[in-house]
Amino acid sequence: MKLLKAFTIMLVFSAVLLAANNSNQPERITDVETIVNKANVMAYYQGEDGKAKVKMSITDKKGQARLREFIILRKDIKDGGDQKYYVYFLKPADVRKMVFMVHKHADINKDDDRWLYLPGLDLVKRIAASDKRTSFVGSDFLYEDVSGRSLEEDVHTLIEITNEYYVVKNAPKEPDAVEFSYFNVSICRKTFVPMKMEFYDKKEKLYRVIESKKVEIIQGFPTVVKSVVSDLNTGSKTDMEFTNVKYNINLKDIFTERYLRRPPREAIR
Amino acid sequence: MIRNKCFAFIILVVSLSLPVIAEEDAADDLTTLLSNMDVHGFYEIRTGYRTRKDKYEKDMSIMEQRLQLDLSSYLDWADFKVKGDIIGDLVEEQADFDLREAYIFTRPYDFMDLKVGRQILTWGTGDLVFINDLFPKDWQSFFIGRDTEYLKAPSDAAKISLFSELANVDIVYTPQFDPDRFIKGEHISYWNSSLGRLAGRDAIQHTDKPNRWFRDDEIAIRLYKNIDNYEYALYAYRGYWKSPGGLNAAGTQAIFPDLNVYGASVRGSVGKGIGNLEFGYYESDDDQSGNNGNINNSELRFLVGYSQEIGRDFTAGLQYYIEYMMDYGQHKNSSPAGLSRDRDRHLITIRLTKLLMNQNLRCSLFTYFSPSDKDVYVRPNVNYKVTDNLAVEAGANIFFGDYPSTFFGQFQNNSNIYTALRYSF
Repeated sequence: MKLLKAFTIMLVFSAVLLAANNSNQPERITDVETIVNKANVMAYYQGEDGKAKVKMSITDKKGQARLREFIILRKDIKDGGDQKYYVYFLKPADVRKMVFMVHKHADINKDDDRWLYLPGLDLVKRIAASDKRTSFVGSDFLYEDVSGRSLEEDVHTLIEITNEYYVVKNAPKEPDAVEFSYFNVSICRKTFVPMKMEFYDKKEKLYRVIESKKVEIIQGFPTVVKSVVSDLNTGSKTDMEFTNVKYNINLKDIFTERYLRRPPREAIR
Repeated sequence: MIRNKCFAFIILVVSLSLPVIAEEDAADDLTTLLSNMDVHGFYEIRTGYRTRKDKYEKDMSIMEQRLQLDLSSYLDWADFKVKGDIIGDLVEEQADFDLREAYIFTRPYDFMDLKVGRQILTWGTGDLVFINDLFPKDWQSFFIGRDTEYLKAPSDAAKISLFSELANVDIVYTPQFDPDRFIKGEHISYWNSSLGRLAGRDAIQHTDKPNRWFRDDEIAIRLYKNIDNYEYALYAYRGYWKSPGGLNAAGTQAIFPDLNVYGASVRGSVGKGIGNLEFGYYESDDDQSGNNGNINNSELRFLVGYSQEIGRDFTAGLQYYIEYMMDYGQHKNSSPAGLSRDRDRHLITIRLTKLLMNQNLRCSLFTYFSPSDKDVYVRPNVNYKVTDNLAVEAGANIFFGDYPSTFFGQFQNNSNIYTALRYSF
């Protein structure tokens, strides 16, 4: 009986969903540049600025987990262009209160500027940042996954339009600079949120997948609040969860040495 | 005079800031403080041995347990922090408490930060080389293999930071001179110039330290500005040589002569990496002419550095540093025969850092090499994070030198290896 009841509820639910979907059929865009631009802004440039608490859980193939917790603040200089990031670490204990700051440059000929503040030494360090495809805090996410890969770095081809997604293939203009041969992104047709990224190695074998597991509408902005990256070669995966997400918080220019040495109070509490 | 004015200025600033500070009930404040309290820290065991016999020191170079407690809290108008280490030291056979930080921080105005109390202070561009950073260092901790964090010793000071579009200024006033925790001989043997030989526990160095409050004080100023992410800074310091920089007239006791320092630095991206330039003029105020052989000569110090990522999670850094004596002729004439040093001291440092195993394993090698002193100091270190809380570490401090009196050469018999285990919470 229970099973039947559940089944009926599911049927009704699906019918409602379908109906809702039909009445709101997303438009069909065929220009790939429009699609990737919209997706880029959706994924990395929501609002003027934003704040979130991030929990990362890195699980190796043996199942051993390591946790990272930090607060991330972002301010856009220009949509689709330069941005500033401020990352304040809460966990693990040995990096607590450490701050990582990035001035991201959209110009692919200009390296990002990165700083690290070590509170135990009161030391403001400048970090050489030529390689953006290195691991972010030891996780399976790369710097580029966190702050975005410049659209200028790849050639984009729209390979498929399904009911839900635009599937875009991205091939690097400089193949020797990266470890993948190309990656496909499935972009939600309705929200333009990238839902899945699949990376293929030089032998065209799938080896790395990033998935958006949960999307919520926050202050009107579709927001990925849960994502996971799996490294199929190492068997390692990293779950990332966003809480306390806020947009348009009117962030001052806190991306300076002053706030590296002493975080802005309103931003970290 | 300048120091007194500065002190008056700081008093003025602090008192002007007070009205901004809320007038809440003290009891309420205490409740809020306690409920906002954050407690962290670590427990650590660190063990190390000399790699060769030193007749002036024990075989164990370090043998200690350490519990660090870090309490922080806040009220509407300020942040509070107290951080201290309880240490059981088996080399010196004593228990010790080292208060590392105890301060109040407040942002009374949009354009001002204020930090008063015991604090760790750092500025300048060098990597383990300091020119305009005249805040106290703990060389002993550094040489016996404590965590690099302990190279910086705390200052009891007030730091006022002022911010504007034009430039930013930091003013640090230390009412009573805070010297380096320099090599005295308990843990590390050293070249004792008055004995003319190496010495250690047999000749613990006693010093005559300026210690009158508000008279034997220090003031350090930094004026800085970021232009297109090139960080420019000007520095000025008025105080004392931070480690003994001379002998008293009788030649019996080490002293800290007056020192003024004026300098500048710039740091920013160069090619694929980060470059830095820094210089400082060390004016040995008690011996302006350089005639007094018992007091450090004035010096020019210059540093150029570059660091770059040379592979995945693999960084290399290179620095060249020079100390140039201003009145070398006088120094040479006034020093006992054979004990004068070269006019220039050249120093090259190389850093290699590689992260492995999802950045849980850090291998690093820092090397100082002086072609003029003909001495070398090598610091290999391997640190592995077993879990998020537990880290194990092994490393060494290795000194070589052709002469017993040079900066690193004097520590030859102190070469050591160490290992540590740290649980952070």
